[in-house]
Amino acid sequence: MEKPTLENLTEDLGFACLSGKTWLSRTPQSAYVSDLLSDVMGKARNGMIWVTSQVHKNIVAVASLKELSAIVIVNERPIEKELLEQAEREEVVVLASNLPAFETVGKLYNYLDGRC
Amino acid sequence: MQFEYEIEGGDFSSAGKASSDIKKILKQLNIDPQIVRKIAVALYEAEVNVVAHAYKGVMRVDLDAQRIKILLEDEGPGIENIERAMQEGFSTASEEVRQMGFGAGMGLPNIKRNTDEMYLTSLPGKGTTLEMTVKF
Repeated sequence: MEKPTLENLTEDLGFACLSGKTWLSRTPQSAYVSDLLSDVMGKARNGMIWVTSQVHKNIVAVASLKELSAIVIVNERPIEKELLEQAEREEVVVLASNLPAFETVGKLYNYLDGRC
Repeated sequence: MQFEYEIEGGDFSSAGKASSDIKKILKQLNIDPQIVRKIAVALYEAEVNVVAHAYKGVMRVDLDAQRIKILLEDEGPGIENIERAMQEGFSTASEEVRQMGFGAGMGLPNIKRNTDEMYLTSLPGKGTTLEMTVKF
């Protein structure tokens, strides 16, 4: 099966793309879930999708430095315009899920398992 | 090549700027991407440590064809017990810093894992010096 792109995934799972529309052709390599930034710095691998409920600007730096394919922010958390502008500058894709972390990750797991 | 960055304590919105700048330079120099990512992790953790704990600091980067050497000197409370600080999970970060997802006690272990050499010295009440080297 062909690997899904972020664009496929965003559409199929009903996420909203808030920044980085230009880079939705990336093909994600699995996902990592954590609200601890150092945990992501230490354990996530490049190309992964990062699921978090953190909404401050430092998540953009982490995603960019680790070359993650996208950040998925859960639970309809309010996201500042400034974060999205920075994400756009640093080629970081920010997606929003209107579901809590558990449901978001469950959907992602089913979607990605065996496909990447 | 040498670079110098000033880091302001408490300024979380700028944390990561120096790291991302150095990462760009390393990429332009065609350093192995895997090594670049390791350096980026170590740099970011070191930068965040200064922002989260110190009043201010300077990051000096020395780069040649064989290795990158990074020296961070900060003015701040210092570290009472370095051995304990190196333990995964130990942190003295404030509640505010923890709520941002920092202060998990993983920063220094992350630096150790991603560098070839790491030297940490501190004078409690004065500041901390961190030296790290990654070979290309």
